[in-house]
Amino acid sequence: MSTATTTPSSRTGSIAPAIRNWGAPVTLAVLALVALVGFAIGSPHASARFRISADADALQVPDVVLGTTLVGWITAVVLLALAAYSFALTTRAQPAPRWLVPAFAAVWVIAFLVWVIGSANNPNVYFSGLIAGSFTLAIPLIFGSLSGVLCERSGVINIAIEGQLLAGAFGAAIVGSITHSLLAGVLAAIVASVVVSMVLAVFSIKYMVNQVIVGVVLNVLVAGLTSFLFSTVMKDNSSLFNSPPSFHNIRIPGLADIPVFGPILFDQTILGYGMYLAVFLVWFGLFKTRWGLRVRAVGEHPKAADTVGIKVNTMRFWNVTLAGVVAGVGGAFFTLVTSSSFNKEMTAGQGFIALAALIFGRWNPIGAFFAALLFGFSLNLSFVLTILGTPVPSQFMQMLPYVVTVFAVAGLAGKSRPPASNGIPYVKE
Amino acid sequence: MSDPANLPDRDPASTQTPPPPPAGSTPGGAAAGNTPAQLAEASPQDPQASLMRRITTGNGLVSVLAIVLSLLVGAILIAATDERVTSAASYFFSRPTDMLSAIWASVSEAYGALFRSAFFNTQADGFANAIYPLTETLTVATPLILAGLGVALAFRVGLFNIGGQGQIILGAMLAGWVGFTLNLPAGLHLLLAVVAGIIGGAIWGGIAGVLKAKRGAHEVIVTIMLNYIAVYLLLYVLTTPGFQRPGSNNPISPEIHESAAYPLIFGSGFRLHLGFIVALLAVAFVWWLLNRSTTGFELRAVGANPQAARTAGINVSRAYITAMVIAGALAGLAGTAQISGTERSLSGDIAASFGFDAITVALLGRSNPIGTMFAGLLFGALRAGGVGMQSNTGIPIDIVLVVQSFIVLFIAAPPLVRSIFRIHTGQKKSRKSTARTAKAGGAA
Amino acid sequence: MKLELRGITKKFGTFTANDDITVVVESGQVHSLLGENGAGKSTLMNVLFGLYEATAGQVLIDDSPVQFHGPGDAMAAGIGMVHQHFMLVPVFTVAENVALGDEVTRAAGILDLEATRRKIREISDRFGFHVDPDALVEDLPVGVQQRVEIIKALVREAKVLILDEPTAVLTPQETDELLNIIRQLRDAGTSVVFISHKLREVKEISDVITVIRRGKVVGHAEPTASAAELASLMVGRSVSLSLEKEPATPGEETFSIQNLTVLADNGQVLLDDVSFGIHNGEILAVAGVQGNGQTELTEAIMGLLDHASGKVVLHGENLLGRSVKSIINSGVGFVPEDRSTDGLVGTFTVAENLVLNQYDRAPFARGMNMRGSVIAENAEQKIGEFDIRTQGPQADAGTLSGGNQQKVVMARELSRPLKLFIASQPTRGVDVGSIEFLHRRIIAERDGGTPVLIVSTELDEVVELADRIAVLYKGQLVGIVPGDTPRDTLGLMMAGASADEAGAIDIDPVPPTDTSTGTPVANPEEEHGNE
Repeated sequence: MSTATTTPSSRTGSIAPAIRNWGAPVTLAVLALVALVGFAIGSPHASARFRISADADALQVPDVVLGTTLVGWITAVVLLALAAYSFALTTRAQPAPRWLVPAFAAVWVIAFLVWVIGSANNPNVYFSGLIAGSFTLAIPLIFGSLSGVLCERSGVINIAIEGQLLAGAFGAAIVGSITHSLLAGVLAAIVASVVVSMVLAVFSIKYMVNQVIVGVVLNVLVAGLTSFLFSTVMKDNSSLFNSPPSFHNIRIPGLADIPVFGPILFDQTILGYGMYLAVFLVWFGLFKTRWGLRVRAVGEHPKAADTVGIKVNTMRFWNVTLAGVVAGVGGAFFTLVTSSSFNKEMTAGQGFIALAALIFGRWNPIGAFFAALLFGFSLNLSFVLTILGTPVPSQFMQMLPYVVTVFAVAGLAGKSRPPASNGIPYVKE
Repeated sequence: MSDPANLPDRDPASTQTPPPPPAGSTPGGAAAGNTPAQLAEASPQDPQASLMRRITTGNGLVSVLAIVLSLLVGAILIAATDERVTSAASYFFSRPTDMLSAIWASVSEAYGALFRSAFFNTQADGFANAIYPLTETLTVATPLILAGLGVALAFRVGLFNIGGQGQIILGAMLAGWVGFTLNLPAGLHLLLAVVAGIIGGAIWGGIAGVLKAKRGAHEVIVTIMLNYIAVYLLLYVLTTPGFQRPGSNNPISPEIHESAAYPLIFGSGFRLHLGFIVALLAVAFVWWLLNRSTTGFELRAVGANPQAARTAGINVSRAYITAMVIAGALAGLAGTAQISGTERSLSGDIAASFGFDAITVALLGRSNPIGTMFAGLLFGALRAGGVGMQSNTGIPIDIVLVVQSFIVLFIAAPPLVRSIFRIHTGQKKSRKSTARTAKAGGAA
Repeated sequence: MKLELRGITKKFGTFTANDDITVVVESGQVHSLLGENGAGKSTLMNVLFGLYEATAGQVLIDDSPVQFHGPGDAMAAGIGMVHQHFMLVPVFTVAENVALGDEVTRAAGILDLEATRRKIREISDRFGFHVDPDALVEDLPVGVQQRVEIIKALVREAKVLILDEPTAVLTPQETDELLNIIRQLRDAGTSVVFISHKLREVKEISDVITVIRRGKVVGHAEPTASAAELASLMVGRSVSLSLEKEPATPGEETFSIQNLTVLADNGQVLLDDVSFGIHNGEILAVAGVQGNGQTELTEAIMGLLDHASGKVVLHGENLLGRSVKSIINSGVGFVPEDRSTDGLVGTFTVAENLVLNQYDRAPFARGMNMRGSVIAENAEQKIGEFDIRTQGPQADAGTLSGGNQQKVVMARELSRPLKLFIASQPTRGVDVGSIEFLHRRIIAERDGGTPVLIVSTELDEVVELADRIAVLYKGQLVGIVPGDTPRDTLGLMMAGASADEAGAIDIDPVPPTDTSTGTPVANPEEEHGNE
């Protein structure tokens, strides 16, 4: 009789209805059909001109001119093939390879871009500028997502990214203005954002208040506080309190002239370069060091971590604090790079785009980096398209990060698994 | 147990309800929660349950103390940024009383102005002018109460509805369209506009409910994202011929027809409109729904213990969807209060920050309809008073946001308030032992 | 290393999980703790491992007392533990799990997983574990996961290895492999504490056996002791409750399950092709050690499980595939195993809980309106009838004692006309006085002609109530035997022996007759006191 009992695996295939997620293939198929109908069949039969080099560049690269019809059909076929591949995998209950969704997204973006530029009144875009602008918009998003990664990998939900960024922007502006020091400005941004983080940490870890509530309330609190101080302190004395110095780009001669990649990699402010460093460090730290191993264990299975002697709540507290440091630098970017002064609620929901990038990037620093770039790109494109005069309303481009995220959490863009204990306070018995 | 509507498999050893799935969890939580080891970690003190308990049964004293503390924090901010105080501070050691009187002057002026602009203007001529502030409070409280009810209702089912903002926008959008496009007799037109608003909000809330019930998508993330989607959708439609005011290049709609507006209760001298009565009716309706109806019984059971609810034959998925649809409908009503009540035309700012404020209202109101009504009135008063304070004393209305946030933070963490006031109730100790007892069954 | 637990007492509130337990584990010995689920074995080990703080008592290592404030201390002292629920991070690789908390690092805290991999390979080769250090834990079968846990302990150079119910999740083959591993470990000088309720394994592996029941040590035994002896020590004998009940007068068989198979989400078979029937006016009790498919049996009947196949037939209608609500409304009363998670809403009032699955039906609701006065009257009446000790119908059910909570559930389920009554662990955690009352109500329901299905891990209860007894082991029906089958025979069956092997008469599918098994109750031990 005992021989009839089975191991978990032995009968899985035959009887158990394998749990298949049809969300991803269906979504991909729909998007591929949109590409087919919209970009291939609906091609404006024009050509899109992408200027790579500016007139002043030392190295002149000829413009890339693409026929919308040709590109439309090629990309549509590729997209349909990828969707079909996804269907085939799901039918066989096999997991999709990690590259599938990113590859699909990349091809879809190319198809869309060629179609939309080709359809514009002025089918001509300075591609290098488009990309460089996207990076500038993406940098604070990336810092924000890294903050989220650090919190959520350790098991604390961070809805307060928006508040951290805003606090950082405010701190940098006011201290930068008073001291005329960029360094002091950045440090102040860090301190302001860390304070927000610590409130999050204390309330969610010590008082076990629901982390979502603390996050939401912190956003309102920081918005109220900075707006109040802006109106009472800064507004009437802007020369004294709201004219922070600005970071200048550090241009690496020669390399900065490389088309497309030069400006984004070799013509950035210190904070821009710092972003690359931060992404690398967070990735390296999380996946290659003892600290990272412990952080991830605490976020996945705190009790397992506890049974091997790791102090779960201490670990979480310091991680949330560290997240504040990272978000603070992102906040400083708003007032020390992008804009020359602080303004009420100037982060305007970017903290939530950062949250979206974190989720779409699957809680991975590298993934969040690319997701934030995609979202920065869609934002920048919305500005550019308004100028070029295209059929796609700019609001739809601005909506994109949020729509993509809804799809991601609904499991419609492949499996996206948060740390298993994210948001659950750890109580020792 | 892979029904995506259900929360992740419970730890058989734990006697508490399971925690909600973490953000963005995959349907069924199958991937994350399969091994017994995973199941074992459900914390003995379930955050959701303790949150519900705190929201619904926390004691009134803490609420009062939280409000007092928060006003105190506001007072400190007001004093610290007042020039009279800062200049008196510079010679504090020679004449300390100067600074104290400066502080008193600054804070009493501010809160005095706030009070006069929120309740009763003692300095006004004539009774009508004197009570005008009170009607303003009620006007501002109207959308707060309605949207707050939406958040509160969802809370009771264990859902965080952060999406009030988007639901208000959708409600206002549809109601507004009916209001300025159709030509109908007075009563009917208003009714239709209100129904359209309800439908708009219900759809937006319903999306989050359906994704939660059917795909296991975390409602917090979905509702946040839907807020922004709604904002851009609104901005988009305001550029289309169907919505944009003829002859205008700005993103603003035509005014709604008078027939689609809520009648003013005290005539044209006051902004208070019939929407306030609608809000009171909604309070009564939600109270009835939660406390007296079979649907409410189901919703509350799912919120308090989804596992037991399921065992008792209650459809948990349907409860999530129902809750979010009704919550959205209530926020949609808040949208109609804006479009058919105070604003009369649709713009990007139609929802102001009522959707977010609604969360704080529901928390302060401890998620029960009557409490939410009073919390809405209080925050309405703070907001209406804040406007008056800003115009009379120059103190920015943003201070109200600060006070509001502090109130909620303090209320969410009673031990903090207790330790500030040194109230020793032994609460913390008993909470710990509850957790222990709860675990005992499994530990044995 | 000699490990001694001296006079350990652990209380949770008013509940005493461990009562003055003393255990001495000598070096290089396999010491088994034998006891039913809930006897307090795991609590004891969590105390030892520093996860719980003992209410009283001491832990001694090599005769000197030690204080563990956390698992870290226990590990540093050379104690390793393989928890019943593995403490492994599913999305980590084997090497990452083994390294966690005891990482080998290069400069600047950079992980040197290669060093860990080397250690894993070394241990794996020495004991024949066949564990790939780079495999993801969630992809591994439970047997291999368990070896990862053992490796975790060995890498930390544990001198005493505690295995908490290690075979609960293993197949027989995996179990045999584990026992071999344990022997090798012992021969290498490691002491092993083996916690189990399975007689065969305990007999096979132990050098010393300590039997625990209801939080107390009730005896020691040599591995040569007979299984029957061990079984009776473990389950004890009926305390004083002997209920007078009329013999059953079974009627028509109106309820049956046919080829019921239930799978877990991951495809594991939880209930394997089970078939039986129950007659009107008959109590069928399902005996078995916890986790052998009983929970799934009741939940599948109630429509609470997704992956169930076969048939559940009540009065000719198949219930399988219908909604929970429709099953309840077709006249099935259900007392779930865990009343506080499944049976009650703790923050609801007693009155509300008394209508938890009837709230929308007459007379408690009219249309969408619930009728508060009717619900309150109902509560008053039920509180009286079932002697529910509460401050009143408006008190939160969560504030009631376990026994009174159970009475609420029972009152709700028994106060409507039933075609089938199912009660899972009907008296778990209930005080003695209430037990008798609840048993009488169950028998009264039977005498009213309802088929009754009882699931209980308490043998006393099974023997007390059952007209027939079905034994489940690893999701399979071992056999159905008469209600007066001796409890040591049942104990053997619960450990997997067939009715024949255990010396009982399998009466399935033959309807119950008055045939006695002829084996008089020969319980060798009297009630064991505290030792």
